Amino acid sequence: MARTEKKKNVVLVGFGWTGAILGMELANEGLEILALERGHDQATVPDFQYPNMIDELKYGIRYGMMEKPRNTTVSIRRSLDETALPYRSLGTFLLGTGVGGAGTHWNGLNWRPMLSEYRLKSYATEKFGAGIIPEGMQIQDYPMSYEELEPHFTRFEKVAGISGQAGNVGGKIVEGGNPFEAPRSENYPMPPMPSTWDGVKFRDAAKANGCHPFPSPGGIASKDYVNEYNMQMGPCNHCGFCERYGCYNYSKSSPQTAIIDALKRKKNFEYRVQAEVMRVEMAPDGKTATGVTYIDLTTGEEVFQPADMVILTAFALNNVHLMLLSGIGKPYDPNTGEGVVGRNYAYQMLGGYTMFFKDENFNPFIGTGANGYCIDDYGIDNIDFGKEGFIGGAYWRAGQTNGQPGHSMPLPGDVPSWGAGWKKGIGEWYGHAMSIGAHGSLMSYRDNYLDLDPTYKDRHGRPLMRMTFNWKQNDLKMINFMQTKMKPIVDSMKPTSAQAGFKKEGAMFDVRPYQTTHNTGGTVTGEDPKTSVLNRYLQSWDAHNVFVMGANTFPQNTQYNPTGMVGALAYWAAHHIRKDYLPNPRPLV
Amino acid sequence: MKTFLRIIGTLVVLGVVALVAFIFVPVQRTGPVTKLAADYQPPKGAGEYVMRASDCMACHTAEGGKPFAGGRAIASPMGVIYTTNITPDKETGIGNWTLGDFRAALYDGVDKEGHHLYPAMPYDSYRKLSEEDVVALYDYFMKEVQPVSAQVPETKLSFPFNLRFGLRAWNWLALGDAGYKPVQGEDAVFNRGAYLVEGAGHCAACHSPRNLMMMSSGSSEKDAAFLSGGEIDGFTAPDLRGPASGPQQWTTEQVAAYLLTARNAHSTATGEMALAIRDSLQYLTKDDAMAIATYLRKIGAGKGAAPTAEKVEVTPTETLLSDAKPDMQLGPRLYLDNCAACHIVNGRGAGETFPALDGNSLVDAKSPKGLISVILHGAELPSTADRPMKLRMQGYDNRLSDEEVAALATFLRQGWHNKAPAVSAAEVKTVRDEKH
Repeated sequence: MARTEKKKNVVLVGFGWTGAILGMELANEGLEILALERGHDQATVPDFQYPNMIDELKYGIRYGMMEKPRNTTVSIRRSLDETALPYRSLGTFLLGTGVGGAGTHWNGLNWRPMLSEYRLKSYATEKFGAGIIPEGMQIQDYPMSYEELEPHFTRFEKVAGISGQAGNVGGKIVEGGNPFEAPRSENYPMPPMPSTWDGVKFRDAAKANGCHPFPSPGGIASKDYVNEYNMQMGPCNHCGFCERYGCYNYSKSSPQTAIIDALKRKKNFEYRVQAEVMRVEMAPDGKTATGVTYIDLTTGEEVFQPADMVILTAFALNNVHLMLLSGIGKPYDPNTGEGVVGRNYAYQMLGGYTMFFKDENFNPFIGTGANGYCIDDYGIDNIDFGKEGFIGGAYWRAGQTNGQPGHSMPLPGDVPSWGAGWKKGIGEWYGHAMSIGAHGSLMSYRDNYLDLDPTYKDRHGRPLMRMTFNWKQNDLKMINFMQTKMKPIVDSMKPTSAQAGFKKEGAMFDVRPYQTTHNTGGTVTGEDPKTSVLNRYLQSWDAHNVFVMGANTFPQNTQYNPTGMVGALAYWAAHHIRKDYLPNPRPLV
Repeated sequence: MKTFLRIIGTLVVLGVVALVAFIFVPVQRTGPVTKLAADYQPPKGAGEYVMRASDCMACHTAEGGKPFAGGRAIASPMGVIYTTNITPDKETGIGNWTLGDFRAALYDGVDKEGHHLYPAMPYDSYRKLSEEDVVALYDYFMKEVQPVSAQVPETKLSFPFNLRFGLRAWNWLALGDAGYKPVQGEDAVFNRGAYLVEGAGHCAACHSPRNLMMMSSGSSEKDAAFLSGGEIDGFTAPDLRGPASGPQQWTTEQVAAYLLTARNAHSTATGEMALAIRDSLQYLTKDDAMAIATYLRKIGAGKGAAPTAEKVEVTPTETLLSDAKPDMQLGPRLYLDNCAACHIVNGRGAGETFPALDGNSLVDAKSPKGLISVILHGAELPSTADRPMKLRMQGYDNRLSDEEVAALATFLRQGWHNKAPAVSAAEVKTVRDEKH
């Protein structure tokens, strides 16, 4: 029999970026807020402190900040006729845990999607005809426009503390920025970070080849900074320990640096750690949620937490899992195309070149997670889908993030992978490599989806979530297009040698090597309850007091790192909850 | 001869009578400095505000104890003094105290029974409180504070300091007129600042030197030694008036920001000052913080003039660190390996996050204890309304040996423009051992 806690107005499931944003925004309405975090509490000091944090073996290789698969994982298969197996050994994506969530161990790359990406289906069909969308692809439009989201992007960039150079302010192209970006109302809150030599080399080559390079925008402080909550960042020292690490220097944007200490001062806000939510509880009529049931992991006790509103603010995959476990919305069936929860799962398509320069020294120990220069010349807005035969695009970036030898030491292909030859190769090539990456979009498809696994259960006896995902021809074509465009630029830089890292046609999804943690979709936002789980305010179509944040709301993945969009959507939803929902709780659409 | 003996006898008798009188005749209590209307009611919140400005809670609350229930041990050169229970509990607190009793404690340093309080209670400063503030404070303690029944340990100082009556003489010397008299020719902002600094804020308790009688030097800016730097528990409380001092180097706004948030463009507060900000100063209104800043800047070497622009030339220390030659000495090498990431090779840090070490009063202090303590144990800025982040510097006690801390501290104290004596490993060991 579960213990019942005192009722709260709002319970937030997960205390990372979106939990902290919604916590702050709704605490400012005077509501009693509770955030439940399954992981541990963590703060810059002592948890990320120097030099303990910059331990590559512990955090970079053994994933010290990540959730252990034995606690929570998914099962994965590549097609409807395979049997899914649990993802027992971390590889292709790394799921964080603890206060701050993935916002503590990210690289900091922060973007706004390009204009076409908000209404991708309409854009593609209007511009290239209805036949442009291949069989099995089920992309759709966001139900809100970029213009509606713009103030919320700006707000998130200011709260998070993003360094960068605007390229388009109010339609006016600004020299030095990204001329292809969606027009912004104002510049980034901090000037761009300086780039290391590899980024500069790429910038010059890209420019010489007619492209439009600009400094990477990122949540890495280029100066001392204070945000609207009076939270602070200190300037980054380029130590190169961003991704997979917590920042010891108060320099990487995170819920800890941007929100949490300010939120903790609010008497109407509370958070509990080691509290893993099992499910959202529904009223007998199934139309509203009554709260959540969680397990206090320190005692094993089951606790019912009543609440007027439940907001899922966990990582994308966990939000979808909870919706499936709670029976909110109809689960998606790829055979009939009916149902919505789990529909339109997507990932990210990456590729790139690694170049070796005998006579260049790149000092790879200098870096940041959002280092270097980018181009958007092959971004989705700039691609002729009809001519190229795919829907999508990619941004490119060159900028070393770190020189950690355990997992960031590229060597030419002819160097053996162990023994004396390997040692010799390291001596010869460490510090002489740089790479250019293409970070590409990924569309949504009929048979890439999430549901509950029929066989495997987690430690609490709940079915694991099953991921059915494979690469599709459209996106493989996209990344091969990027390779053909990147090769001449690589050649123009005259490396001693270069090696391509692009998936070939027919490539199958491989969970072993790390690729990216940009998992999207599963509870997408849309105009139509038949093809979406959430309305345009990220409110459940089925239970009006359930809202769901995160990249799981994306109808398909954009060509960018998702955090900027996740932050903007959180502020957008918070704004409408405050303005429209709280005065009169009801379905907003 | 007879006459002589008679005179001696008379003198002895007079002396004994005087001594008996000195010990037993009750202290004359100071009355109100202003006569308030019989039905005077302090404005809502005024009492709590005076409590915050006076920082009553910090001393009168034990570590982890109930607010104002006393029992905190205050170290003094004469021994440990335990603070009293000032909740309105009738048996163990001050629930039976009249306004007159309460005022006498603040003004004259005597309790309800007429016993002398030890001047760890800064009644030499509180003596300047206005009658309005005394009444507000009394009202607050009687009506807003929860009574707590808690007996505190008895303060037992060694002879002769256990003879409390001796304080009567101390008081004759230490106490001036009650109440605050505005300085003629200065505006209301200056005078408000002076009132807060000299009275409720009792800044002199730490920031003024004490003489052989343990008296604060001066009670107002008229005394040159007032706020010229003092010592608390072996830590240096910096000078606030000299040309190199914080208030004279910073703008009025920056001084106010420091008081309200424990941080500004140059520096951050550590140790006792961080606690004073956490428990007291952050609750001041912006106007009051600006008034204090105005006063401090006006009474210092700068006389309130705008500070001269910061020097930005490259120092030999910066060059040494930037060159990072492998044969560099231990001190600068440790700085590069442990400190430079935040405090930068130029020693100027970054605004409001990483304090400048060049010209930092803690680094440059007469006593190295504060610097050693921060290197070993780190420091945390209090969360305040204007700057909620508990910015925390980690400690290095598990990473650096006594010799290394000494080399690093010596480098810091003599790097850039700093000119303070070297630090020895023995001094580091003393601070390290104190913590455990």
